Amino acid sequence: MFVVLIFMFAGVITGYLFRKLKFTFVNKIILALIWLLLFLLGVEVGVNDHVVKQFANLGFEALLIAAFGTMGSVVGAWLLWKITIKFPSDKSE
Amino acid sequence: MKGSLIILSFFATGLLLGLYRLFPVAWLQYEYSFYVLAALMFSVGFSLGHQPDTIKQFRRIHSRVLFLPLMTILGTWFGVIIISFFSKYTISDYLAVGSGFGYYSLSSILITEYKGIELGTIALLANIFREIITLLFAPLMVKYFGKLSPIAAGGATTMDTTFPIIIRSSGKEYSIVSIYHGFVMDISVPFLVTLFCSLK
Repeated sequence: MFVVLIFMFAGVITGYLFRKLKFTFVNKIILALIWLLLFLLGVEVGVNDHVVKQFANLGFEALLIAAFGTMGSVVGAWLLWKITIKFPSDKSE
Repeated sequence: MKGSLIILSFFATGLLLGLYRLFPVAWLQYEYSFYVLAALMFSVGFSLGHQPDTIKQFRRIHSRVLFLPLMTILGTWFGVIIISFFSKYTISDYLAVGSGFGYYSLSSILITEYKGIELGTIALLANIFREIITLLFAPLMVKYFGKLSPIAAGGATTMDTTFPIIIRSSGKEYSIVSIYHGFVMDISVPFLVTLFCSLK
């Protein structure tokens, strides 16, 4: 399961070693791979009758996770904001 | 935003082809998509390791704001745990979905690989919704929860898709914080999603 992380680590190290060289095409490769994988994910969802039938329910569940997760993080940021606001902090930029 | 729509149109095209059985299902071999995923993870790692200039800028960030990604993670988990009590899925399933932090492409692909297509679909939708919620409500968040809140809401997207709206809502002085936050969250997503997928 953690094999994918090993691939990512190998990528980080390789990327760092070649940091002097320009590799602007890497982002295009990432995008192309994401396109491919999401296309395949779409096909997998499409051929799966169970998931297709459940799509509205899954969507509702997703909306709840998104709403509560986002709200939680906003409250977290608000707590940090209340602490930071007393300091003339990040105005350097 | 345009980039997100293109990505989604690939998903939609696949969905239609699958729905009407226009795609040879035999091509959906497990190993095949795993190799593409491995290549994706390598490339994501490469792009992270390949930007030392970005990391150098982070030295100018005030120390307290350094904790913003941590607050985003803990806050998201807190919200997700609450709502997980009303679901048939386990808490760790929900935490895996929540730990996408808006990075819907990578998180949905990883979760599909490890937890199956159903939770993967939830992950895709939930993380798209998170991005949309941030795009829509960023100005409102600033008004009631301070200028850091839309950055936390944007999760892993704050250095790309939600960056423009954050700068417009919180102000230009938050651009470095926003990029720093997106960078740290981007790195966290594969770790946290994999971690929660490995739990029962």
